[in-house]
Amino acid sequence: MRKSDMSSPVYIAGVGVVSAIGNNVAENLAAFERGEAGMGEITLLDTIHQGKLPVAEVKLSNHELAVMTGMPADLSRTILLSLVAAREALTDAAIPSPDSLRMGFVSANTVGGMDKSESFFIDFLADNKKGKLKNVYDHECGSVTEIVADALGIKDFITTLSTACSSSANSIFYGARLIKNNMLDVVVAGGPDALTKFTLNGFNTLMILDPEFCKPFDEHRQGLNLGEGAGYLVLVSENVAKSLNKEMYCRLSGYNNSNDAYHQTASSPDGTGSYMAMTSALKKAGLQPSEIDYINLHGTGTPNNDNSEGMAIKRVFDPKYPPMSSTKSFTGHTLGASGGIEAVYSVLAIKHGIIYPNLRFAAPMSDLPFEPEKYFLKGQDLNHVMSNSFGFGGNCTSLIFSKT
Amino acid sequence: MKIYIRSSACISPQNTFRNESFLGGPVAYFGTRLNAIEPDYKEFIDPKLLRRMSHIIKMGVAAAAECLNRSAIEMPGAILTGTAYGCLEDTVAFITRIVEQNEEMLPPTSFIQSTHNTVAAQIALTLKCHQYNNTFVHKGISFESALTDAMMLLNEGETDNILVGGMDEMTDTGFTILSRLGLYKRQPVSNLDLYATASKGTIGGEGAVFFLLTDKASGDNLAELTAIRTIYKPGSQKDIENWIIAFLAENALAVNDIGLVISGRSGDIRQDNIYKELNTSLFQNNALANYKHLCGDYPTSSAFALWLASNIVKNKNVPSITIERGGGAESPGRILIYNHYQNTYHSLMLVSAT
Repeated sequence: MRKSDMSSPVYIAGVGVVSAIGNNVAENLAAFERGEAGMGEITLLDTIHQGKLPVAEVKLSNHELAVMTGMPADLSRTILLSLVAAREALTDAAIPSPDSLRMGFVSANTVGGMDKSESFFIDFLADNKKGKLKNVYDHECGSVTEIVADALGIKDFITTLSTACSSSANSIFYGARLIKNNMLDVVVAGGPDALTKFTLNGFNTLMILDPEFCKPFDEHRQGLNLGEGAGYLVLVSENVAKSLNKEMYCRLSGYNNSNDAYHQTASSPDGTGSYMAMTSALKKAGLQPSEIDYINLHGTGTPNNDNSEGMAIKRVFDPKYPPMSSTKSFTGHTLGASGGIEAVYSVLAIKHGIIYPNLRFAAPMSDLPFEPEKYFLKGQDLNHVMSNSFGFGGNCTSLIFSKT
Repeated sequence: MKIYIRSSACISPQNTFRNESFLGGPVAYFGTRLNAIEPDYKEFIDPKLLRRMSHIIKMGVAAAAECLNRSAIEMPGAILTGTAYGCLEDTVAFITRIVEQNEEMLPPTSFIQSTHNTVAAQIALTLKCHQYNNTFVHKGISFESALTDAMMLLNEGETDNILVGGMDEMTDTGFTILSRLGLYKRQPVSNLDLYATASKGTIGGEGAVFFLLTDKASGDNLAELTAIRTIYKPGSQKDIENWIIAFLAENALAVNDIGLVISGRSGDIRQDNIYKELNTSLFQNNALANYKHLCGDYPTSSAFALWLASNIVKNKNVPSITIERGGGAESPGRILIYNHYQNTYHSLMLVSAT
């Protein structure tokens, strides 16, 4: 292994996002300021849950996404969403001579090309000789990453992670470590996920979908709304940061991946995994809890997650709580994409001095001595922002971004 | 810093699990699909949990438990897995129910267990291990990505022992679809004669292989994992050669320093030309071994190759069933594993005697 310097900072040089509240960074920021959530009726999936369960769809058809990206419209929606956000991030970073640098693409998703596999299986199950093979060819999570890497022209290092709903938070800090270990100079890291019948029905069987718009961290919350999208950061080494003719957004100062080791899908009542992720990320960043200026919560809106995350936050931050909010009240829970999308929001919070509102919050949770921020706040001086992402399998990840 | 393989455990279509004979009696199959020989799982997994677990989860959890047993380490500092297809059996089960039951009255179990990180999560749950836990799902380099993460973690001083494994399961549906995609031979073959049949397609396989990686030297270690490297879509045969030469040079080695090359020949004439050309050019003076006739071809089969290499340097014995050329006289001190997956992902692993 080449010489590494774990103390060398990793900077964020570019950001890109597509979600139910906008097709790029500017549209997402504008929707936050207007306080406009992205949930609505299901229009894209052919499902019996149409008209019953709200979801947060990206407001573009596959055809529109294909035109936007210059890709074939019969590709998985996950690929198209990924390319929209990853390309925006790379364009934003404006790296003048990428060919002279070691570039990587580290992406994460939970169900790969499942939207296409679902149509394949309808014909395949009736007759194993039937079903359009093209629709199952990119079923693998890694295929999604590979096609996007090719479209971006990145080939020095590509890989895919999948740790359920913490997936793309893990891809971001894996990317940062590839730079710190001196294996790469630039990494585009994050992840996509598209709405599928597979995940919609999966979460529905667990009875954790709210039939109304979700209410994260509210005493009367009833569950999550599924969403879709993609979010990516361009991570660069200190040398690359110095060579770029632009101001860096911030740096990734802390990160940790811990496991709750409590249950395959449920979180422990005291939030063991999330407590460990937050405290260890703080330690990595060399920060005290009181130095965190904003927390972008995992905040799915399920009774279990918000209770567990809330108890962990109480243990870490009591008695001084920073402003915090769940942007899933705007975007829905975008599963494997959520860590990447919320990392973009956290980076933008530092850059623009903003705190996002937690929509539809009315009643504080009885066990918690704090409540989320209800209003869009501007002109904030944010030095350190924490982003939480927790998933099935006990996977808990916290990232900390700090002003440069 | 040196990184060592302290222990390993391998569930495969061969008698590799808890078998003292190192591939001494190879298991012959006639067909195009090899299934893993399964141990008695009750020793490793609570029978109540066992009933619900799919094939890949059982293989993964048992191989991980046995690997830890052999390392005498109770609690690893990180758990890493690589799997290209993930929990295919549960995934297909849930899709099938969605289609057949028109999205109604679906039981949640197969959905819950369908996420790609289920094996790593179940290992953590069994051990109550709260440490770093990650899963890589990148086609033919899923296992290599997990190994790279493990080597970085050791390099960073985050921990001193890491459980890392590669696994994929072969299901009926997976086999049918991959056959239609042209991956496998059209006619049944004997796996032990795989390289004698010059035809398109390979034979499918599966398995779960775990390793305990550590930076602590010990006489009990199996081998040193000296280096690993992957490359994506190399332009030409010459690019592959140059890449291998550069990799060896970075480790202060020349090709003649390599006692044995284990290559990923799969019996598919479309894939094997790359190996054949190397074997008569760059590797012309090297002893050669193969492994895919034993475990079948699958995206994380390089984990089987690493198991083979690390046990060869430990046992000072190259199983005759693996030998393609040479390799009889001296036990190899350094082994290079070269595998490529569909000529898209190529990987190198360098294993040395401790």
